[in-house]
Amino acid sequence: MDTNQWIQVLFYTLLLIALSPFIGKYMARVFRGEETLLSPILGPLERLIYRIAGTAHQKEMGWKEYTLCLLAFNGLGLLVLFLMLICQGFLPLNPNHLPGLKWDLAFNTAVSFVTNTNWQAYSGESTLSYFSTMLGLGVQNFLSAATGLTVLVAFIRGLIRKKTNMLGNFWSDLVKSTLYILLPLSMVLAFWLTTEGVPQTFKKNIVVQTLEGQEQTIPLGPAASQIAIKQLGSNGGGFYGTNSSHPLENPTPTSNFLEMFALLMLPAGCVFFFGFMTGEKKHAVLLFTIMLLIWVGGLAISIWSENYNATQLGVESVMEGKETRFGMINSVLWSTATTSASNGAVNSMHSSLSPMAGGIALFNMMLGEIVFGGVGAGMYGMLVFILLTVFLSGLMVGRTPEYLGKKIEQKEVKMCVIAILAPAFCILFGSALGVFLESARNSILNPGPHGLTEVLYAFTSGAGNNGSAFAGLNVNTVFYNLGIGISMLIGRFAIIVPCLVMAGSLASKKTMAASQGTFPTDGLLFGGLLLGVILVVGVLTYFPALALGPVLEMLMLG
Amino acid sequence: MKKNKIVQRDLLKWAVLHAFLKLNPKEEIKNPVMFVTFLGAIITTFVCISGMLKGQSIWFESQISLWLWFTVLFANFAEALAEGKGKAQAESLKAGRKEIYGNVLSGNETIRTLADKLKRGDIVVCQAGDIIPADGEVIKGVASVDESAITGESAPVIRESGGDRSAVTGGTRVISDCITIRITSAPGEGFMDRMISLIESSSRQKTPNEIALSLLLSGLTLVFLAAVISLKFFSGYIALQDPAASNLMNITVLTGLLVCLIPTTIGGLLSAIGIAGINRLFKLNVVATSGRAVEAAGDIDVLLLDKTGTITLGNRMASEFIPAGNIKEEDLAQAAQLSSLADETPEGRSIVVLAKNRFGLRAEDLDMEKIHLFPFTAQTQMSGLDIKQPQGIRVIRKGSVTAIGRFVKEKYNHQVPEDVQKNADAISRKGGTPLVVVDDGIVKGVVHLKDVVKGGIKERFAELRMRGIRTVMITGDNPLTAAAIAAEAGVDDFMASATPEDKLKRIRQEQAQGHLVAMTGDGTNDAPALAQADVGVSMNTGTQAAREAGNMVDLESNPTKIIEIVETGKQMLITRGALTTFSIANDVAKYFAIIPALFGSIFAVNGGRGPLEALNIMHLSTPQNAILSAVIFNALIIVALIPLALRGIKTRAQTAKQLLLRNVLIYGVGGLIAPFIGIKLLDMLLVLLGVGGK
Repeated sequence: MDTNQWIQVLFYTLLLIALSPFIGKYMARVFRGEETLLSPILGPLERLIYRIAGTAHQKEMGWKEYTLCLLAFNGLGLLVLFLMLICQGFLPLNPNHLPGLKWDLAFNTAVSFVTNTNWQAYSGESTLSYFSTMLGLGVQNFLSAATGLTVLVAFIRGLIRKKTNMLGNFWSDLVKSTLYILLPLSMVLAFWLTTEGVPQTFKKNIVVQTLEGQEQTIPLGPAASQIAIKQLGSNGGGFYGTNSSHPLENPTPTSNFLEMFALLMLPAGCVFFFGFMTGEKKHAVLLFTIMLLIWVGGLAISIWSENYNATQLGVESVMEGKETRFGMINSVLWSTATTSASNGAVNSMHSSLSPMAGGIALFNMMLGEIVFGGVGAGMYGMLVFILLTVFLSGLMVGRTPEYLGKKIEQKEVKMCVIAILAPAFCILFGSALGVFLESARNSILNPGPHGLTEVLYAFTSGAGNNGSAFAGLNVNTVFYNLGIGISMLIGRFAIIVPCLVMAGSLASKKTMAASQGTFPTDGLLFGGLLLGVILVVGVLTYFPALALGPVLEMLMLG
Repeated sequence: MKKNKIVQRDLLKWAVLHAFLKLNPKEEIKNPVMFVTFLGAIITTFVCISGMLKGQSIWFESQISLWLWFTVLFANFAEALAEGKGKAQAESLKAGRKEIYGNVLSGNETIRTLADKLKRGDIVVCQAGDIIPADGEVIKGVASVDESAITGESAPVIRESGGDRSAVTGGTRVISDCITIRITSAPGEGFMDRMISLIESSSRQKTPNEIALSLLLSGLTLVFLAAVISLKFFSGYIALQDPAASNLMNITVLTGLLVCLIPTTIGGLLSAIGIAGINRLFKLNVVATSGRAVEAAGDIDVLLLDKTGTITLGNRMASEFIPAGNIKEEDLAQAAQLSSLADETPEGRSIVVLAKNRFGLRAEDLDMEKIHLFPFTAQTQMSGLDIKQPQGIRVIRKGSVTAIGRFVKEKYNHQVPEDVQKNADAISRKGGTPLVVVDDGIVKGVVHLKDVVKGGIKERFAELRMRGIRTVMITGDNPLTAAAIAAEAGVDDFMASATPEDKLKRIRQEQAQGHLVAMTGDGTNDAPALAQADVGVSMNTGTQAAREAGNMVDLESNPTKIIEIVETGKQMLITRGALTTFSIANDVAKYFAIIPALFGSIFAVNGGRGPLEALNIMHLSTPQNAILSAVIFNALIIVALIPLALRGIKTRAQTAKQLLLRNVLIYGVGGLIAPFIGIKLLDMLLVLLGVGGK
């Protein structure tokens, strides 16, 4: 690695560390209902929305009502999007006259955007109309990220409230997330991206003559606004088929940096948001540090592996499938960030990463998308691991485990187990079917360990609500559309519902006072233990699968 | 010692027998982890049988199967051993209560009735030599009762109607006098019955933390089930390219892998740990009404302790005589001694003893005919005596400053001298109790009664503080006295002039602030507080009401015991937590043993080993030996940890942080390393004995 590369990595990391607390603080102000810089403009708008929607936005909800509202809202969104995609041909804003989607692809795509996954079994510019993209996918990009935030907010309320059944109002949380957090940030980013040359237009694609005298279609469309929210909202669904490796989606090094930074900005901010809301700032710093450590660790291994791979092959760096314009380092930085953040946008083909770098991308997702993770989703996913760690360490100090003064009992453990089991089952059994059924095996481009990695990656990306693709796998088949569609649903809601159940259960408990007998959750010891639990759970669950996939592949290379 | 050994051997025999008897699906299904192992053992057995019928070599399969059976049996054995220990204790309790009759009072006659037929509210008369037929309350009379059947303490105790020592327990024996008892519990629900059923784990209910942990273990089992089942498919896919991948992937190996990975170590020892915890409490002569109470004891962070008997020795002792202005100390001592002759309280006796020790005074030469004793009464608040002397009647009294003040004012119309008053105040400030002595109207001075703080108690409190437990002393003394004793004993807080209502209020207050409170008590007026506390330990000598209200009974009635109870509760949780960590950490090494064994030959070139052989960092001899070693290690580790599970992990007075660090290092890091060594050694042994696979 040369100095230039070091500087890029360092600058990225330092900026993340420096900005996250401010974002977290702003979010905390929004959800505490305090005055913010944007209140004068957005306050009246917020009230207008409540008036039009006619919801009793101040009415507190118990966990059941909160969950029902969330599920109903997402269910409805799913249905509307599904119908919209099927009927795309009859809807306006379709200058390229694209037909409606097949049922399985429509189902997969609808699920994918509602679950904040943005798995794309299709190529955007040649499949979806501007109407579908903007009013269908674009809207869900905002709402799915906002849904993630509502779950986190409810969870936090469960931790800080005492002896109540109330978790807040889902509608109000949803509106606040969208209006105060996602919308302003994505507007700024979209505007910035257009100045870098990303298209933002309703005009149809242009056909031009190339220098060789051939015809080339230049895809246009309202790209910048979509790209902004796909990066910020940990969505990741590209406007163009090749996502951010498309020169119009990601034209310059500046746009590359902005998009890459937007990947982790809100998820990292969520950690501090949690700290400000609970008042446990030291604890939040510790959590942030652990996430950073896992991410940096993965990044280091990936970079090492890329360089090692290049040395083995006797070249300076292996650039096949990489982002050739910005260099290997930006490909790897992006690949680790996007798989950590549950985002799934890509600027290179992960299939072409060296086996270990690909394996790290895979493992990041297998850990449950908790290293920063999705907007809201990363932090509540992390809380599941925290509660498990607290449970184990609580037993080891001889007390009924407590987290932030709340006792962790049967119900919490049960819910944590469900939240960890559900995605693991999807990944393992889904991939098992993927390599077992002959029809499914036909999708695999490279048989052998690499093929296994491709299948594993697809299901992991789905169940982890990441949405990045490894490539090398034809996923627009009924098997994958359905299989990954179901994995995405389970991977999303089989974590959200247990989290809300826990939030309800925790809110109803009293807060125990801390003493010397309670072990501190802000020390290095707890940090180390948490790290251990995360890694051990990940390794134990997936070691056999990884051994036959990326590990075997790497060992074969070298 | 020899007898002990025989008992031990019987116990082991019993446990081995029951380990086999527990091989019953109905029993095994109670424990999901062991049930999976049990199924694995059955499946591999079928594989062996079918292989044998087909005439194949089943050397390897039969060994895996055998060790899976051992794994199940070892876990059963651990549980049976813990149960057996409890049973032995229960048997000894039951022994003395086969056929007990009670004389039920009906009208003026008594009817001899079998204890089992007694109803609540029956009135029973017990003579010397009778065994009390059921739990009850003494309503008439006083008797000494031998309670050794439950306490193991041979010295008889006094039980009398009224007051705080009115409860009697079924199965204990009256040794003198006659008492009339009202039965308070229906047959089969008495104190002894509950005790026996608790110790016999048949009625044992899982404690909340145990259930939570079982859930986690079941979850882990499911994760590994998914990992192993999907592995079969993954290897099947790789086998499309290289058939070597399916060479070893048969059902026996997969079952072995699964059993290695699921947390059998903790799963197999979980119930034994719970039973052993209750047994350990019982050894301390404490009976918990439920396992839940024992667990709650570990969570306690506020401890309310009665001053008397817990922090201080039961009684105040006279420590010094402070005479008034021109009175000689010896005069005061003599008057004090005389005034205490009628005072049978320990305080009174301590005055007599102090006077004897200091000045060699003896009150033996008194003519008993000429004196009239005035024992202490609640009305007068004084004790003393009148002595007929030639020159008239000499009146000697001692009592509290106020009582004597009133007495001298009424009888002699003068006041307690200022210097005596001052000395008395000084004593109060220091936490002592001043008693003023008056002899024929002359105030002779003050006797200093001092609370004696128990030896070593300060250190105990410091230990508790380290563990995050705050101690609160409760006393009826005035705040000055209380503060002085609190400082001397090193408690964190105190409640002076406390009434039972104050106690209850304090407990509620602490609980509202998020604390878990334990307290000890014996009197009827303690019952509400005992019921309110999260852990209420009542003394066996206490009233029936107090015993019913608490969730533990201390048979030895030693209030300091609560400290040990807390320790036991903690120990139970720590043992579970540590073994869980150990069990999970072990899996890492098992993967490194088994995965290369299974897949080391994939993509092998020229008959060598394939790329995944690189993971065989332990350099295990053959794939079969690697799997077998892991399975054997997995089984043997259960046996190796049985003593630890039954004894509980030793805890020290450490803060939570230190404790956690220690346990993580020993059981977490140790759990990572130990199986690497163990599996390697077993592999070498298998090679040495030549019993493994080729």
